[in-house]
Amino acid sequence: MKKIIIILLFFIFSVQNANSLIKVDITRGNLDPLPIAVSPLHIDEKSEDLKGLKEQKLGEKISKIVERNFKSTGLFNPLKKDAFVQKPDIAHIKPRFEDWRLIKAQALVTGKILVKDKKLKVEFRLWDLTAAKEMIALSFTTTPTNWRRVAHIISDKIYERLTGETGYFDTRIIYVSETGPKDQRIKKLAIMDQDGHGTKYLTLGNELVLTPRFNPTNQLVTYMSYFKNMPRVYLLDIETGIQEVVGNFPGMTFAPRFSPDGKKIIMSFAKDGNSDIYSMDMETRKVERITEHSSIDTSPSYSPDGKYIAFNSDRSGLQQIYVMRSDGTQVKRVTFGKGLYGTPVWSPRGDLIAFTKVRKGRFYIGVMRSDGTGERLLTENYYQEAPSWSPNGRVLIFYRETKSDSKGKGFSAKLWSIDITGYNERMIKTETDASDPSWSSLLSK
Amino acid sequence: MKMKFNSALRNFVLVLFSTLLISACSTAKKAAVDTVDDVYTGTDTVEYLAKGVPDRVFFATNKSKLTTRSRDTLRKQATWLRKNKDVTVTLEGHADERGTREYNLALGERRANAAKDYLMTYGVSGKRITVISYGKEKPVNPASTPLAWSQNRRSVTVKTN
Repeated sequence: MKKIIIILLFFIFSVQNANSLIKVDITRGNLDPLPIAVSPLHIDEKSEDLKGLKEQKLGEKISKIVERNFKSTGLFNPLKKDAFVQKPDIAHIKPRFEDWRLIKAQALVTGKILVKDKKLKVEFRLWDLTAAKEMIALSFTTTPTNWRRVAHIISDKIYERLTGETGYFDTRIIYVSETGPKDQRIKKLAIMDQDGHGTKYLTLGNELVLTPRFNPTNQLVTYMSYFKNMPRVYLLDIETGIQEVVGNFPGMTFAPRFSPDGKKIIMSFAKDGNSDIYSMDMETRKVERITEHSSIDTSPSYSPDGKYIAFNSDRSGLQQIYVMRSDGTQVKRVTFGKGLYGTPVWSPRGDLIAFTKVRKGRFYIGVMRSDGTGERLLTENYYQEAPSWSPNGRVLIFYRETKSDSKGKGFSAKLWSIDITGYNERMIKTETDASDPSWSSLLSK
Repeated sequence: MKMKFNSALRNFVLVLFSTLLISACSTAKKAAVDTVDDVYTGTDTVEYLAKGVPDRVFFATNKSKLTTRSRDTLRKQATWLRKNKDVTVTLEGHADERGTREYNLALGERRANAAKDYLMTYGVSGKRITVISYGKEKPVNPASTPLAWSQNRRSVTVKTN
């Protein structure tokens, strides 16, 4: 992978006072999505020719990605372009608000593209059509091949302006790609943009790989591999492709995750039938034992401030979720509901823990406060688990498996996402079957 | 004539009744053979390390306790291993597909170790035994049925040399 690109960002005009402007409330399920018109970005006449990139189409392509991003949130309703009433270049300078209001649009996105000196300059504006005001105007300069990311960054900026929350479109998902029959699955690490585009495979499928997770800067991935039939936690540098075993454990290590500062990997180590939680300092390689209990302790996840760890344990006899201080003291059970609880994952906001619940043969993805109160089950199915948070803490991605018949046919594994409101459940398209998704943080902050 | 018809009818009813009884019996019998207290007791998936030495033991959901039958199997394995001193084995622990992936990895490890401990109690050196867990990753029966799950909750002793 190329070096992280630098995107220059300018405020063209100061953002106007927003008090009376559109605000999209995302704290509830939105049954009335905001009608928004995304005008194709127009191409500046002074643009140079671009090898391989048809910039004439680029403006339209970018606007389509923005539309798809908006639609995927369930909060916006992008309007059909054939109803648009103004040419992109004129609309970008000064939209005729009353005309756009006629097609029932409440917000309008316009933009302009200029390719000069092998750089792509993209300018866009967001207009509140009811108030007849500009809400945001920004421009970016980047290398032309990054045009998809530009579309995602535009989406993030608009989402942020309209909802008051940071976006999650300029992000990636790492997951396990699955092919082959259920009893002979071939699994590879795969990475793609949040919208399913640009899939790359990071391992060849020669050995079983599981549970990849990003570090906070999205350059490293920790995962589990059965390389040489030794199930161990590994570290992969996405840019260089270099992989290494994490720690020197005389047995299986699994369920790895980074600490929020990226300095430690926390994981389980299984020995003599007992799994406990350990951490390893990436710099000093020092290993610290965190739990010491004869039960299974696994699936650890740090709180975003690094002070606490949530994990699941069957020390009560059944799998339940516990929270402790990150040094292993003050262990407290937090789930007491009927059924089993596993895979706790702390929200990046710190307020909620997402989890998997199993009850009466059904699987649920839910959220609760970090003390275990306020449990809300978001989705129920035959089999689903392993939630991972969008960087703004509004959406969960997880995987779902279907039931198979007596010959194992009909089995599939797919990625799904759902808002923490419980609305907007969607399947995420992947090239192959997929499981164990992990959402990156925002690539450009 | 009337008498004759009656006895024919009676015979028919008798035959029908006994057929029902037999089929009811056979389904009840089959279920009883396959699992006892949630633990698989059949032989469909079982292979043999040597004649009369089954290669695997089965577990109840979320459990790693050895049943009487499992201990019997493992004693046979121990006897065989003591006779064949150059053989080394890997105990492969597995879980069914109805649990979370990471917990199942731990559970498979705990099951294989339960089998290992028992073999060691019966005189097999721990140095000859390697343990590996595959969690829910390698089902022997890919169906989504209680029977398949019971066959998949297992620890399999595999010769490594």
